Amino acid sequence: MRFHRVKAVAWKETVQIMRDSRSIAIVVIMPIVLMLAFGYGVSFDIKHVRTYILDRDGTQQSQDLLKKLQASEYFDIVRVVDNYKDLVHGIDSGDCVLAVVVSPDFTEQIRKGGTTSVQVIVDATDANSANVAMNYMDALVQGYSQNVQVRWIERRGQRVRGSPIEVAARTWFNEDLESMANIVPGVVAIVMAVVGTFLTSLTIAREWERGTMEQLISTPVAPLELMIGKLTPYLVVGVLDTALCAALGVWWFKVPFRGQLWMFFASSVLFLLVVLSMGYLLSVVMKSQLAASQASMIATFLPAFLLSGFIFPIDQMPKVIQVVTHLIPARYFMSIIRAVFLKGTPLVLLWTDLLALLVFATVLVLVATRAFRKQLV
Amino acid sequence: MWARLRQMLIKEFIQVLRDKRTRFVLFGPPIIQMLIFGYAATLEIKHVSTAIVDYDNTHESRDFIARLEGSPYFEIAVRTLDRNAIRRMIDRGDVVLAIQINRGFAQDLQKGQTASVQAIVDASNSNTALIAVGYVNQIASRFAKEYQAELLNRTSPASLTQMPNITVERRPWFNPDMSSQWFFVPGVMGNLMLVIVLLLTAFAIVREREIGTLEQIMVTPISQVEFVLGKTIPFFLIGLIDAVLITAVGTLWFQVPLRGSLLVLAAGTVLFLLCCLGIGLLISTMCSTQQQAMVSAFFFLMPAIIFSGFSSPIASMPTWLQTISYVDPLRYFLVILRSVYLKGTGFDLLWPQMAALATLSLVILGTAVLRFSKSLD
Repeated sequence: MRFHRVKAVAWKETVQIMRDSRSIAIVVIMPIVLMLAFGYGVSFDIKHVRTYILDRDGTQQSQDLLKKLQASEYFDIVRVVDNYKDLVHGIDSGDCVLAVVVSPDFTEQIRKGGTTSVQVIVDATDANSANVAMNYMDALVQGYSQNVQVRWIERRGQRVRGSPIEVAARTWFNEDLESMANIVPGVVAIVMAVVGTFLTSLTIAREWERGTMEQLISTPVAPLELMIGKLTPYLVVGVLDTALCAALGVWWFKVPFRGQLWMFFASSVLFLLVVLSMGYLLSVVMKSQLAASQASMIATFLPAFLLSGFIFPIDQMPKVIQVVTHLIPARYFMSIIRAVFLKGTPLVLLWTDLLALLVFATVLVLVATRAFRKQLV
Repeated sequence: MWARLRQMLIKEFIQVLRDKRTRFVLFGPPIIQMLIFGYAATLEIKHVSTAIVDYDNTHESRDFIARLEGSPYFEIAVRTLDRNAIRRMIDRGDVVLAIQINRGFAQDLQKGQTASVQAIVDASNSNTALIAVGYVNQIASRFAKEYQAELLNRTSPASLTQMPNITVERRPWFNPDMSSQWFFVPGVMGNLMLVIVLLLTAFAIVREREIGTLEQIMVTPISQVEFVLGKTIPFFLIGLIDAVLITAVGTLWFQVPLRGSLLVLAAGTVLFLLCCLGIGLLISTMCSTQQQAMVSAFFFLMPAIIFSGFSSPIASMPTWLQTISYVDPLRYFLVILRSVYLKGTGFDLLWPQMAALATLSLVILGTAVLRFSKSLD
């Protein structure tokens, strides 16, 4: 391997990237746009759930409950209906997600004592949001129930006892339970996976399609030299993008960075090596830009989005799919970057993930150079 | 006109289907992806790996822990009395939740004071944390209620039946088991259709331009309308076939109930595919290389998927983002898909979405055609 040949290829590739002003803009703007889109767009914070009310009781008692509902930031009462049909229409058309129905004998039941229920209808199409909203509703009604009980006990001149048990929740690493803290480090991983594989997946295929590959082959450059030369500029671009994303996450989105900077960059470079050589391999195998880009889309974007644990927790997937996720490099990087970002976990504790990435990088580089040699014969 | 269009169509079909790899990429991955992502995309939280630190170790505390153990939501991974071990395990990600019961738990309960249970949760994934703590709360409140009932039963059994108690009667409509899969499978369907069709068309014209065959076509007597039609019809058909395959997997394999009419679903799909085609063409007219087309397509895809409400509810996004999401065709299509599948909604309620898709497709296709005629001059 000769360094000057690598340098020559790298220089050629750099010139090619730089000449295309649009691709430079993309390399700079894409991470920013993605970061903003994900950072603001992905939020599981359920608030202001659109709620209909059907109060068949219409007494002071039921109004008390509804007032409590109105005061809560989790529910927005958008309409008070007076018949069931309107309520059904509201849920069917999606105008409301939740509907609270107070039965006509609500006050009567409370006076008589014993258990009374408030019917809460929820559009459970989105099961997750429905579940969270229901939990808030439970807490609210429970609080109301407690007030009623206290008044009842006081009226009978008995001593009021506090609630027998309370849960003191301590939320580590993300005190306010904001989904942004979880999403932002994840976006860094996604951006890297995408930028890395996409840009490189076209680099060899382009040479084949334009017929410049023959010219390259006739030069004394060796497959490994060609690969290193081609990938170096993209590696530099990738590192810059990573820094840009992290900076945005920390300064714009105010996500805490608790780990050490060198760990962050060391693991990032390792991951970039994996995605870059993956893109290169696809490019060598597919030979056409259309096929290469389609394949890179299939190989990186959607898996990094859906199978890496970015949004959907891996441990909740069926076992078979969990096995599949082990083939997705982004999975390992996702857990590394989150731990480094939010928890400040030292890399030593993350050695299994790092090792997996190292194995991926080695195998992909070997396979890619070999595949390239085969293509030439 | 027909003869020329037919020639053009034949040429396009040959070009697309000639390559064995491309042929596979067109029809294979959609099915595979549908299968994998359909399983992967779930926000259900079950079997949260939990550590138990029971310093009290009394009948009461063991009863509380047994309730956690008996619930499908928690899986006791470790029992320990070493609080520092918890820190390490959460750091490494071995457990997500730690339940700590301090000494004096049973005593507080017996004295009628509020006994406290500490729930330490790794909130780096806020959604999981929120739901897990919600379940702990549910278990705690049931525990409290039963403990109180038992106490009352001993002191004054009569007041047990008389004390008012208000509960929530949960009525999850359309999805009684709150299955996350029923929500996400239609979402994945929409996503895949968007990605496939958009990428195909985005490359359609750019490739001709890059290879230099666009000039050759332009010197033939073919008119612009014929050319655009010739370019879009094949991809529309391929997209339609993919849509049918994807829908079949979603309905037959994942058993998501299709409660509405197939006609409504088909109408929505056709309108949506037209939108995708239009956007693909538009990108095609703006770019001069396939690499640019690829990146531009991605630029559109990423936000389109995030802002559509695929993974997190639109209502949770900031208002300015919600406004942007009105130009996202996927947003409307997802509403159509989910409503037709789970709610069985018909045209009477879905016309706003249909109208929005129709308008968008007209505007986008129109702009694309206009831009195309300009880009030739």
